[in-house]
Amino acid sequence: MHEHEHEHEPMHDQPPSHRHGSTRTFVRLLTTPLRALSRRRRSRFAPLVLLLLGLAITGGAYAAVAPPPQAEASTGVASASIKEGRQLYLKNCSSCHGLNAEGTSDGPSLVGVGAAAVDFQVGTGRMPARQDGPQIQRKRVEFTQDEINAMAAYVASLGPGPAVPDKEQLDYADADAAEGGAIYRTNCSMCHNFAGKGGALSRGKYAPSLDGVSPKHIYEAMLTGPQSMPVFGDGTMPPEDKKAIIKYLKITEQEASPGGASLGKIGPVTEGAVGWLVGLGALIACAVWLGAKAR
Amino acid sequence: MATLEQRAGNAANEIDERFGSANFVKRSARKIFPDHWSFMLGEIALYSFIILLLTGTFLTLWFTPSQGEVVYEGSYVPLHGLTMSEAYASTLRISFDVRGGLIIRQIHHWAALIFAASMFVHASRVFFTGAFRKPRETNWLIGVGLITLTIIEGLLGYSLPDDLLSGTGFRIAEGVLLAIPLVGTYLSFFLFGGEFPGEDLIPRIYTMHVLLLPGIFLALITAHLMLVWYQKHTQYPGPGRTEKNTVGYPFFPVYTAKAGGFFFIVFGVTTLLSAFATINPIWLFGPYTPTQVTAGSQPDFYMGFLEGVLRLFPNWEIQAWGFTLPLNVLIPTLVIPGLLFTSMALYPMIERWVTGDNSEHHVLDRPRNVPTRTGLGVMAITTWLILLAAGANDVIAITFHLSINAITWFFRIAIFVVPPIAYVVTKRICLGLQRRDRDLVLHGRETGRIVRLPNGEMIEVHEPISETERYKLTAHQVPEPIQLEPSTDTNGIPRRRVLASKMRARASRFYFEDRVPPPTPSDTHELESSGHH
Repeated sequence: MHEHEHEHEPMHDQPPSHRHGSTRTFVRLLTTPLRALSRRRRSRFAPLVLLLLGLAITGGAYAAVAPPPQAEASTGVASASIKEGRQLYLKNCSSCHGLNAEGTSDGPSLVGVGAAAVDFQVGTGRMPARQDGPQIQRKRVEFTQDEINAMAAYVASLGPGPAVPDKEQLDYADADAAEGGAIYRTNCSMCHNFAGKGGALSRGKYAPSLDGVSPKHIYEAMLTGPQSMPVFGDGTMPPEDKKAIIKYLKITEQEASPGGASLGKIGPVTEGAVGWLVGLGALIACAVWLGAKAR
Repeated sequence: MATLEQRAGNAANEIDERFGSANFVKRSARKIFPDHWSFMLGEIALYSFIILLLTGTFLTLWFTPSQGEVVYEGSYVPLHGLTMSEAYASTLRISFDVRGGLIIRQIHHWAALIFAASMFVHASRVFFTGAFRKPRETNWLIGVGLITLTIIEGLLGYSLPDDLLSGTGFRIAEGVLLAIPLVGTYLSFFLFGGEFPGEDLIPRIYTMHVLLLPGIFLALITAHLMLVWYQKHTQYPGPGRTEKNTVGYPFFPVYTAKAGGFFFIVFGVTTLLSAFATINPIWLFGPYTPTQVTAGSQPDFYMGFLEGVLRLFPNWEIQAWGFTLPLNVLIPTLVIPGLLFTSMALYPMIERWVTGDNSEHHVLDRPRNVPTRTGLGVMAITTWLILLAAGANDVIAITFHLSINAITWFFRIAIFVVPPIAYVVTKRICLGLQRRDRDLVLHGRETGRIVRLPNGEMIEVHEPISETERYKLTAHQVPEPIQLEPSTDTNGIPRRRVLASKMRARASRFYFEDRVPPPTPSDTHELESSGHH
């Protein structure tokens, strides 16, 4: 614990690491400047100073209480890579996201979205976006993984955010598929359908099909909540649950359909169509054939 | 050593001496039925029903109708170790651990879809040919009853496996019950034995699905067939076919062979479909838990139009004195289906009232010769199809990359605009076809042979159609609209029920105003005497 020698100094000059303290410190922080102020009570600047102090104290208290950022995104990434990423960013992304990734009317700020968001958006071809529409679609990927990594490193250097999951986080071999299925049905199937085939959302938006999406991208989507999707941070959905979901999806995606043609796994609509067109169609054809035989 | 015939004869005699069955067999075996492929549509329904009874019995041998919770330990790995109801666990067992269980389950479900679909098609045939007319109104009513029961029976069967879709379906049913004013909550608690989902639902609907409703089905189907037998089958118009006879083949041996063969065809097609196409993959849906739901939750197609009404209806609610009257549920799920089924059931009576036709009809109408009825039928089918599509609005949206809101609004408008257009177009097509028939009778068939006469005139030779064809095209009658009776009778006394007779005259005009009367004998005679045109 550091004592504050110069109590009249504005608090925001101090590094955040100095801003933890007990209740007593807070009381002192609050009362000492007030006592000093009371001597020159009528000053025009009193409200302003008070306001600044209040803000500084609130901010300081928050920084002291809030947990440290989850992932240290920039660790282990060479600054050369960040530089290269910045060059790629300026060429390909900055027209919408701004020269300093601060965001424009065409695209959101990328400060704090983390490397995972970049890896997901660019790695699935969603970024650079092709056109306006209800939703940005998955398409051909335009960059190599190295280039994507560089851009991710650059964006991660702008502010802390979720990192790209590492090998260990993606190793779902030991995960419980059945539990993953249950978690999937509770959190995901209402939009993505029971078999991950996707589903409609409002006004032309949709939850995309999860077929053929790599485990890394599924993981990143859960971490970052792209477009209409909610964020399933590690606090609400622990990494083991994410792995279990991925395992369930991959197992059911690969398993052979035990009952014959799967009819798209989108529920009774295709079954009804097949029942009418194939089943009843064939039977009516047989009836016509039998009827013709009689003559 | 007696010959085979002698032995058979002896056996028959033994039976006849005890039951006096010879007379019955003689009469029944010679019963005449007319022949047409469209008369076999109802047979598809009958045979699917038999398939349903057979496969359903097989399924009961392993199905456990219980919501008691067990931990799954069967052979489907992606559900291993999950807590689920015994009903769902036993359905998984049927699908993965009982030999032949999955294909029997699939035959059962596909047969159910074909059963329902064939009933719709059979009912359409009966409607468009006017087979529901006197004396067959009762059988039409039985048919409407059977279709209604099929929807209920299907919903129960869909719910028994207790998978995620099953539970979602009954969640909607709960909502419908709760929407009923005053007694809704009580009804819901009676059905579920407490709060939804409770533990009583599956055992209860199991009894209804395998005992109560099949029993009613059997009774109604028997009555339906006995009435066909007793009232005799209708026949299409043709030479020698009148309102007083039935032209066709004897029940034995022609129809016993044909019907027997067709049963195996229906069973075969259903089995093939079940062998090659998955239906209701409950292992993918997962066990039902009220906290879970899936995108693309749909009912089977026979419920689809009800789902469609529910999805299209605007979100209207009335809130007063602390109570909510959810019109957004009440009207689409109870009032509108009630109106649709009532008007379907009452149609024969309505048409009889409008046409004032009280005579018996055993010769069928060709749909084109009754343009208004045909138009109304197509209008009803169009409505049904729009509602069916609206029930799948989310699947349409995701498949064709459209906005679900735009689709819903499109259907909301289409449901009022498209059916009347379908009515008008159908009626016009019917009238056009009738004019073509009239032309064919009066001028014969165009042969495409061009002949040049000595005076240089070029004509196309028309060939008169055969007598048989001409009979078919001219046998029907086209009634005139009923004229409005004068408001006073011959004695100058004002008539009663003026309003009813006015309405009837108006309805009759609606039915028969546009008419293309078939050529009369004098018209055709003229043609014959003057040589061809």
